[in-house]
Amino acid sequence: MDRPIFRTEGVTKVYDTGGARVHALAGVDLDLFGGELAVLLGPSGSGKSTLLNILGGLDHATTGRVWFRELELTGLGDRGLTRYRRNHVGFVFQFYNLVPSLSARENVQLVTDVAPNPMAPAEALALVGLSHRLDHFPAEMSGGEQQRVAIARAIAKRPEVLLCDEPTGALDSKTGVQVLEALNDINDRFGTTTVVITHNAAIRKMAHRVVRFQDGRITGVEENATRVAPHEIAW
Amino acid sequence: MQALDIKLLRDFRRLWAQALAIALVLGCGVAIFLTSFGMYRALEDTRAAYYERNRFADVFAETRRAPISLVPEIAAIPGVAGVETRVVGTVVLDIPGRVQTAVGRVISLPDDGLPQLNRPILRAGTLPDPAATGQIAVNEPFATAHGFVPGDVISANLNGQKRPLTITGTFLSPEFIYTIGPGQLMPDNEGFAILWMPQRAAAAAFDMTGAFNGISLKLTRNADTAEVIDRLDDLLRPYGGFGAYGRDIQLSNSFIDAEIEQLRNMAMILPPVFFAISAFLVNMVLGRIVALERSEIGLMKAIGYSNWEVCLHYLMLAGLVALAGIALGWAAGSWLSHALAVLYADFFDFPFLIYRVSYDVYAISAVIALVAAGLGAVRAALAAASLSPAVAMAPPAPPRYSRSLFDRALGALRLSQPAMMVARAILRWPVRSGLTVLGLALAVAVMVAATFFDDALDKIVDGAFYQSNRQDAILMFSQDQPVSVLEEVRRLPGVLAVEGQLYLAADLHHGHLSKKIAIEARPPGTDLARVVDAQGRVVVPPPDAIVLADRLAVQLGVGPGDRIEVEFLGGRRETHSLPVAALVTQYFGLGAYMEFDTANRLFRQAPQVSSVNIALDTRAEAALHARLKDMPGLAGTIMMTETRRSFQDTIAENVVIMTTVYATIAVLITIGVAYNGARVQLSERARELASLRILGFTRSEVSVILMGETMLLALLAQPMGWGLGWAISWAMTAGFTSDLYAVPLVLRPATFARASLVVLGASLIAVLLVRRRLDRLDLVAVMKTRE
Repeated sequence: MDRPIFRTEGVTKVYDTGGARVHALAGVDLDLFGGELAVLLGPSGSGKSTLLNILGGLDHATTGRVWFRELELTGLGDRGLTRYRRNHVGFVFQFYNLVPSLSARENVQLVTDVAPNPMAPAEALALVGLSHRLDHFPAEMSGGEQQRVAIARAIAKRPEVLLCDEPTGALDSKTGVQVLEALNDINDRFGTTTVVITHNAAIRKMAHRVVRFQDGRITGVEENATRVAPHEIAW
Repeated sequence: MQALDIKLLRDFRRLWAQALAIALVLGCGVAIFLTSFGMYRALEDTRAAYYERNRFADVFAETRRAPISLVPEIAAIPGVAGVETRVVGTVVLDIPGRVQTAVGRVISLPDDGLPQLNRPILRAGTLPDPAATGQIAVNEPFATAHGFVPGDVISANLNGQKRPLTITGTFLSPEFIYTIGPGQLMPDNEGFAILWMPQRAAAAAFDMTGAFNGISLKLTRNADTAEVIDRLDDLLRPYGGFGAYGRDIQLSNSFIDAEIEQLRNMAMILPPVFFAISAFLVNMVLGRIVALERSEIGLMKAIGYSNWEVCLHYLMLAGLVALAGIALGWAAGSWLSHALAVLYADFFDFPFLIYRVSYDVYAISAVIALVAAGLGAVRAALAAASLSPAVAMAPPAPPRYSRSLFDRALGALRLSQPAMMVARAILRWPVRSGLTVLGLALAVAVMVAATFFDDALDKIVDGAFYQSNRQDAILMFSQDQPVSVLEEVRRLPGVLAVEGQLYLAADLHHGHLSKKIAIEARPPGTDLARVVDAQGRVVVPPPDAIVLADRLAVQLGVGPGDRIEVEFLGGRRETHSLPVAALVTQYFGLGAYMEFDTANRLFRQAPQVSSVNIALDTRAEAALHARLKDMPGLAGTIMMTETRRSFQDTIAENVVIMTTVYATIAVLITIGVAYNGARVQLSERARELASLRILGFTRSEVSVILMGETMLLALLAQPMGWGLGWAISWAMTAGFTSDLYAVPLVLRPATFARASLVVLGASLIAVLLVRRRLDRLDLVAVMKTRE
């Protein structure tokens, strides 16, 4: 954990939904470092997903600046953001977002088809312990398995950052732990900077650092002196 | 294969029913385009090649008798590249084994072989010997119809003498691609023959030694045809010229022109309708798919697929539908063009077939189909491309229903909740509802336009055969006869009534407009053949005036009371100014009528007739024909009973084919629109409908909501469809109108009712297919899916 991989300066995000203006982010300054596993903790609507979307190049900040290493994301157009996502970022979503008409292997292949230096889909699936489910379709797998396919899909491009939006939100405690182990394992093994969003406070124990959100602002950052392994976490 | 392509193929397979419904409509467009445009080009190219190779003339003329010495003067007309003179005439034929007489058109062959213009092709046998008097070549279709081979003999009444003629060979000629005899409505290869006879024999038979009565001109590329026709008329005037004309009036050529024009109109009108409907269906279905795959689109973008790649993915889905449509269309189109080629082979006599639709027409049809599908897909594909990934990952906002003026109106109606849901959904997507109505209305219109033709033809046949021309037979003479010939005819066996009729070739002028036609004049009191107007009233031309068919009046720009110049051709070319007494609506030909005495007086001749109409005792028909075969001066007979029957038979057959084809088309359009409409609704409302089921609604109550919307739109489409059908029928009557015939606009309530029944029935079947899916809806699964 040396130099920041993400740096934000006074980031705000305002949604204009008809009449009401919603301040999803009200000025966020945050550094995230290479190789760290950070947990963004906060209640629904606190702005953590919005920040993740902006860090991942899915959304634009209303004001403020965001850097990925030396690359200023806030200065990029649509095309630049697409290239950035394609080359550097892996996403994991709460509802897995697998394509139902594609098998596990093909869902991963969706990424390896366009990434510059990907691993083989089977290799990525082996990393999440799904070597035996390569040709199953999403409808034929449990929620935990589907989420691990999503993780395999995210890491198959060997991303520098892995952004996870409530990865265990739709899972029970036992399968949720399996997913967290997969994430922890990737972080350990490849040094992939991993950002996990959750409103589940129990998960904070596995992080290097915990960033607390409330009403679109960071209310605190704490470092875990000792991290707890995912299998020791329960909720 | 790329994962995205695998998804594409699987999506396509999953959507097969909807894709097929669209592909069928698109395929219809491709097939009709292929057939109409392909055959239009094939027919035009075939004809052009035939004319080019066989030097089909550009200008034609006939006279009573002109000296050969006139030829150098004609050849000197600026723009004339070649002159061919000949002797022509009409004879009555006696064919072994045939009771009725047949009519032969004699054309002379030069001494040195085939003519330089209108060169026939020798198909079998040899040319007649130039020195022989009893040898002829006949047109191949006539030989085929009777099974004649070279060496067979027929008899002809040549200038009052019955002579045996030996067939030495068979010909096909560019002049007779569509071979139609005098007074016939369609080709009759048994009853009408072209006889090519050596010059000397023909000249002797028609008293034309050292003279000619037919001439053809080939023009240079830049020649002014109208100018050449005027100069030729001037030269032939002293010799009884009947007026020169160009290819546009040459009978065979003008029939092919009409067919080509019809194909061209069809290619311009029908396929665009299908392509537009296909585009709308693709738009509707793809729009729904993009809505459903919202989160997948977000995912693709999050992973790093560019907007363009996402856009392309959905365009390619439409492309696959288009490919299916193209494949169906090519298969159906190839079959249809083949069927049409077979049909043409019955009517048109070409020596070679270029009846194959060329590959570039296939390519063009495919490109148009792809563009249509692409245009339909582009809105949904662009919506997918422009969807921001962050927005795409979140569920869509619910559609905004709000209280509008309509809602207050609906509220006042006190509709049940399901009825309210149907009404609101229609109003919520007014464009989609409107286009659905339009699509179904087009299906109704297609049906109306198809059946209208049937009724129109009934009216034509009734007007032409049962009101105007009620004679059983017409006897035509090679030269006008004194009225005393009527007594002679009356004495023939089986003849019950006799009426004479005079034809006078004339050029009608009004200002700069002019038209060459034959004026008909009948003695007073004639009843077999009469002029009948649109209201069924008999019109009798008053003395010293002329009555015109309304289409002729339009061409001359005159109305009742206007005066026109009548320039008589073929004799003393005198011009008289006559008032137009009345106009009559007619569907065949361009008629002009004069009082009998006026015509003879103006033409300065003792009363004469060109043909005799007779009423027959059919039991004596054989005896009559036996006498006609030997009757001097007779040029031919037309058996009206037979003409009527063959015309009605052919039409009845065509009407059945046309109605079947159009009804199929209407059903395909209806199913394409109604099935996809209901299918998209089911997809959009699955949750809503499942909720109702959970709340305790029965299956049929729920399906009423689903089926109600589509069926209500189908009902709304009916009046619009009737209106569109009326408009298309009207456009068709305008498109079919030519000098040869016109089609009246006849629309009966039954026509509209039948169209509506077919379309409503097909809509019902389409929604019932979707209802089956609704019945199988897994309530729990539907409620769980994230919309």
